[in-house]
Amino acid sequence: MTALLMASGVTAGYGPILALRGVSLEVQEGEVVALLGANGAGKTTTLRVIAGLLSPWTGSLFWEGRPIHALPPEQRVAMGIVLVPEGRGIFPDLTVRENLWLGAWRHRDRRRAQQDLEMVFHYFPILRERQTQRAGTLSGGEQQMLAIGRALMARPRLLLLDEPSLGLAPLVVREIFAILQAIHAAGTTLLIAEQNVHLALTLAHRAYILQNGEIRLHGEAKSLRDNPEIRALYLGRPAG
Amino acid sequence: MDALIRYLAGGLSAGALYGLMALGLVLIYRASEVVNFGHGDMAMISTFVAYTLLQARWPLPIALLGAVLFGALLGALVEGGLLRPARHRRASPLTLVVITLGLALVLNGLAGFLWGHEIRTFPTLVSGPPLALGPARITREQTFNLSVGIGLGLVLYGFLRFTWSGLALRAVIQNPEAARLVGIPMDRIFLLAWAMGVALGAIAGILAAPLIYLEPNAMLALLIKGFAAAVLGGMTSLPGAVIGGWLLGVLENLVAGYIATELKTPFAFALIVAVLAVRPAGLLGRPMARRV
Repeated sequence: MTALLMASGVTAGYGPILALRGVSLEVQEGEVVALLGANGAGKTTTLRVIAGLLSPWTGSLFWEGRPIHALPPEQRVAMGIVLVPEGRGIFPDLTVRENLWLGAWRHRDRRRAQQDLEMVFHYFPILRERQTQRAGTLSGGEQQMLAIGRALMARPRLLLLDEPSLGLAPLVVREIFAILQAIHAAGTTLLIAEQNVHLALTLAHRAYILQNGEIRLHGEAKSLRDNPEIRALYLGRPAG
Repeated sequence: MDALIRYLAGGLSAGALYGLMALGLVLIYRASEVVNFGHGDMAMISTFVAYTLLQARWPLPIALLGAVLFGALLGALVEGGLLRPARHRRASPLTLVVITLGLALVLNGLAGFLWGHEIRTFPTLVSGPPLALGPARITREQTFNLSVGIGLGLVLYGFLRFTWSGLALRAVIQNPEAARLVGIPMDRIFLLAWAMGVALGAIAGILAAPLIYLEPNAMLALLIKGFAAAVLGGMTSLPGAVIGGWLLGVLENLVAGYIATELKTPFAFALIVAVLAVRPAGLLGRPMARRV
């Protein structure tokens, strides 16, 4: 079966600094895949390469078997690859409604956008109440919800999430992960970069562990949860 | 009292032109992060196009529309044909600014070659008896320029507020990376901003031309005052550009009227320098967050 997304031997970096050293991974349609690792391991860079914000130096990206590494971000969005960036990346001076509306840029169809807006409000009722507010006035958790909501407006097939739990209170994080679960159940494939390994492994089917820009380990979430090395390194509990 | 009203009306109508010039500059700067030093010469060339079409006996509205469209096309060509390739080859913002500066000189020289350096009179666009406002008389030209300024400001507001392209333009201005992530093609938005910005400059030039004379350096004062208005308004804010234009127009007219005509321009600039020293972000501007 052709993977929805496949990265093969991707190296990439910023200026002279190499951040990814030959990363290969794949995501099947319908999966939840986690991308784990410490700060600076290359999680964000991997997602930026997939979204098209950063061009790989070498290596290839395939979307349903077709090469996409030369396409600009807007064409990848049109295919259904949508990134929720780290630190949310909302439009602070636009209203919540305008932010969401922009998510529908891909098709620019007001009727469809209106329908999708209802779907987003169903997941995040708080956004309905905040519609006319400037997005910059939202709390951190609400901004994260807005960023996810805006991505949903584009009807993604593969939703890329960069550290959705970053800087949020545990209760809010749990709420957001419950909604991600629901979004997945409704048919969207997820690739989530997370530092919160425990949380990510409860949601994901499979995970890749990045270290210094390389895939160190990958496997089923369940087996990684029981892996003594992972437990020692990332779960903060003694092995065994 | 009569004089004061006249000074205010004259200041507001001149300020509307500064504001149009500033709007174009700010629109281009905010969208593409390039300060367009060619703005004045692009306005000048567009005005010469209007002049030439009028000489060829085109009907006035068609000739003006043609010149404004020429301005839009010129803006799109500069962005799409010169700046975009440079940007795609990772030119620094300074390089892009130098391109606009070089272009200003090219257009200026080209205008001298095509139309010569003799001073030409641009026909008045509106005529009729002046309007009475209390004891004062206000010329038709002044009310016309002021109305065009306000009208275009409102049109621009509506465009930014209620259309997909306008929303995308605001998104690009606020957070270019997030704009790319929702799938907005940056190149197309830059093109739009340049076309609209230079068209606004062309309109300012055409409206200013009957008040001054037309020659290749005619728009330099307008450009500098447009810059001043933009900086006064914060260089980052569109409403700030309009208000900055009016403020500059009124102040220089008051100084000219009550103190001395020769002090008109120096005083206006002294005031701008003072404002910037105290409020570097301008009156309505906010310090622009560094884009990473």
